[in-house]
Amino acid sequence: MSGHESSYTPTNAFTKWLDSRLPLVRFAQDTAINFPTPKNLNYWYTFGGILAVCLVIQIVTGVILAMHYEASVDGAFASVERIMRDVPFGWLLRYIHANGASMFFLAVYIHMFRGLYYGSYKAPREILWILGCVIYLLMMGTAFLGYMLPWGQMSYHGSNVITGLFGAIPLVGESIQTWLMGGPSIGNQTLQRFFALHYLLPFMIAGAVVLHVWALHVPGNNNPTGVEVQDVKKDTVPFHPYYTVKDAFAIVIFLIMFAVFVFYAPNVLGHADNYVEANPLVTPSHIVPEWYLLPFYAILRAITFDLGPIPAKLLGVIFMFAAIAVLFILPWLDTSKVKSMRYRPVAKQFFFGFVAVCLLLGWCGAANPDDAVIPALQGEAKLVVSYNDGNGGEATSEYKGGSEAYVDARRFMEGLPEDANASISAVPAPTFAFRHLSLILTFCYFGFFVLLFFLGLTEKPKELPESIHKSVLKRHKDADAAATPAE
Amino acid sequence: MKAFRIFTAGLAGLVLAASAHAAGDAKHPHAPEDGWPFEGVTGQFDQASLQRGYQVYKEVCSSCHSMKLMSYRNLGEPGGPFYDPEYPNPNDNPYVKALAAQNEILSPTPNDIGEFDYRPATPADTFRSPYPNVNAARAANNGAAPPDLSVITKARHGGASYIYSLLSGYPDQDAFVEREVDGETVSYIDMSKLGGHGEEHAEGLLKVNPGQYYNPYMAGDTTPNYLGDPRHAPPGGFLAMPPQLIEGRVEFTDGTPATVEQMAHDVAQFLAWAGEPKQTKRKSLGLAVMVYLGILTILLWFSYKRIWRNVEH
Repeated sequence: MSGHESSYTPTNAFTKWLDSRLPLVRFAQDTAINFPTPKNLNYWYTFGGILAVCLVIQIVTGVILAMHYEASVDGAFASVERIMRDVPFGWLLRYIHANGASMFFLAVYIHMFRGLYYGSYKAPREILWILGCVIYLLMMGTAFLGYMLPWGQMSYHGSNVITGLFGAIPLVGESIQTWLMGGPSIGNQTLQRFFALHYLLPFMIAGAVVLHVWALHVPGNNNPTGVEVQDVKKDTVPFHPYYTVKDAFAIVIFLIMFAVFVFYAPNVLGHADNYVEANPLVTPSHIVPEWYLLPFYAILRAITFDLGPIPAKLLGVIFMFAAIAVLFILPWLDTSKVKSMRYRPVAKQFFFGFVAVCLLLGWCGAANPDDAVIPALQGEAKLVVSYNDGNGGEATSEYKGGSEAYVDARRFMEGLPEDANASISAVPAPTFAFRHLSLILTFCYFGFFVLLFFLGLTEKPKELPESIHKSVLKRHKDADAAATPAE
Repeated sequence: MKAFRIFTAGLAGLVLAASAHAAGDAKHPHAPEDGWPFEGVTGQFDQASLQRGYQVYKEVCSSCHSMKLMSYRNLGEPGGPFYDPEYPNPNDNPYVKALAAQNEILSPTPNDIGEFDYRPATPADTFRSPYPNVNAARAANNGAAPPDLSVITKARHGGASYIYSLLSGYPDQDAFVEREVDGETVSYIDMSKLGGHGEEHAEGLLKVNPGQYYNPYMAGDTTPNYLGDPRHAPPGGFLAMPPQLIEGRVEFTDGTPATVEQMAHDVAQFLAWAGEPKQTKRKSLGLAVMVYLGILTILLWFSYKRIWRNVEH
């Protein structure tokens, strides 16, 4: 808390001299050493530290990679491979950077869900939450720009899809799209500007992180009870060494998982097509973004109908951006006075439902929209014979069933005159496809936020603990009463 | 509530798995019977196999496929097919020098009087490309440019197993039938004669257009060519590359019998190495990193326990 008394006393002549000019040591002491932190933070609260580590890793590896990378359509693909082959430990740098993006998003999603669960976006932390959303938005931008740089098939065609989104905006869309690409289509100029921006954005993230930490240090940490600190002595411990050691432990566990990907499955989170050099003339059969953007991709593709004057494509874009925009107004959407969902029995159920919805949206984003969600429930395809009916018109004849349907269809075709030009094709049976599931989940996604508004007005919360200190004591007493050793 | 959390965690796993899912409707590639020696946490390449694989590449593949990201010196680097500990610098390795010199290339740099001339390659040169550019490659191959093989195992689902399955998975000659249709000879594959890997499959005929070759492991769509129930069209697709590995096509210098499977196995292993020459180094460094992080975890756990021992939390 910025309100807390500074406990720093300069000890020697130099630090005294420095303290009255630029109180750097005092600042570090007050924010990173003595900062009073609630004593009941659980491991979900370690992801802030983990994310700081992720950002540093990405910037350090990224800067070195940039020394060897060549931003040109002729050289980009080969230069990435040259990094992997000829730069000392270049393979390590590149795999850390590529998998680091995934790890960064994994950590940020956990961090965001944690904020959502414990109500960390509520007064007095609205700005803190909004800054977090800004960082998340910048991260998505950076990741998208970075994915283009290896100049693989998925890089190129993925960028085509995303820049195409801006083309859906009425009136000015095409101009914006051309402006973004630096020309009528994606080419060398696009790659160069994407590289420049990919280098710039992480430093903007770093700047936003400074503000984020500042905004954290004014009201202080939230905590799992959602009850604010009342007595600094009883409720808090100094950040160092208590939380430095706890965060360090969590960071190392996280790094172990990170290292498993880097050393043993470095390409499993990527797509094989991105090891094929970009070719504008060959479109991959199945364009998908990286896993961390799949839920939004699913929302984008879920909208397949026009709404009045709004075409489906634009509507999908609106919904996709709204899915992110809604996070910015969350502090005012949630009307509940109680922060932590521990004490909100109904909202808690919906929270876990919301997590499931987000994961399922990711599943939908990876799937082909027309595929059956449960293939076993899809009936057998029907056979359709198309032919000329002799009067210059087209006619079709349908056959359903197993192999006998094919025999029937064949017999029918043989019975037709020579010039009927008959052909046979299979039409899949209608089924509950991923695009249907995506649409339902999209409404569930937005529904959750609407629900938070009404739930806050009607829900009867559980009794809140009086203070952080008492909640900790109570938990220990309960544990003792149950005769289990206290953890 | 607990069940819900487990359900959510399961979903998370499912989503991660689904995001890496395969596309295309081809047969799933399979590894050779005794697997690949380079897989697993401690996997290593079989050097003899890599050498044979290079020979197959050189004598068969390289007449159409380039490997632009490879240099001859790579062959003599640690983990490579012709690595010799006596020559830590592969440019000095006489065997690698000799292998490079077998190839005549157009020098990438001008000579003293500013002309580009042909000369034997040195270890520093990149692999000789069969065609000067992609248009030439396309023109010489019925419009389908043979893909560069440098990272082919990373660029296909299934990696080395895909290469192995594709190269050894062409239908046998006796599955082909020819029929007269409108005065022209049309080639078909009798699907019922196709030896599968333990799965019963379609009967009926699959029409093979001239210059096209059916392979069950190739991504594609066989429906338009299948004379049968379109709902049961065979897996796989057509490619412009005829079956290349015919028994005895290569005479291995180490005396290994050159069966189709052996050649496919060796060249797939060679391409898996070429796709990522540093992969064995990556895994061995990974082990050291894991041990280090493991020890650090234990130390931090006890530090954590000690620092927090007097604080109720």
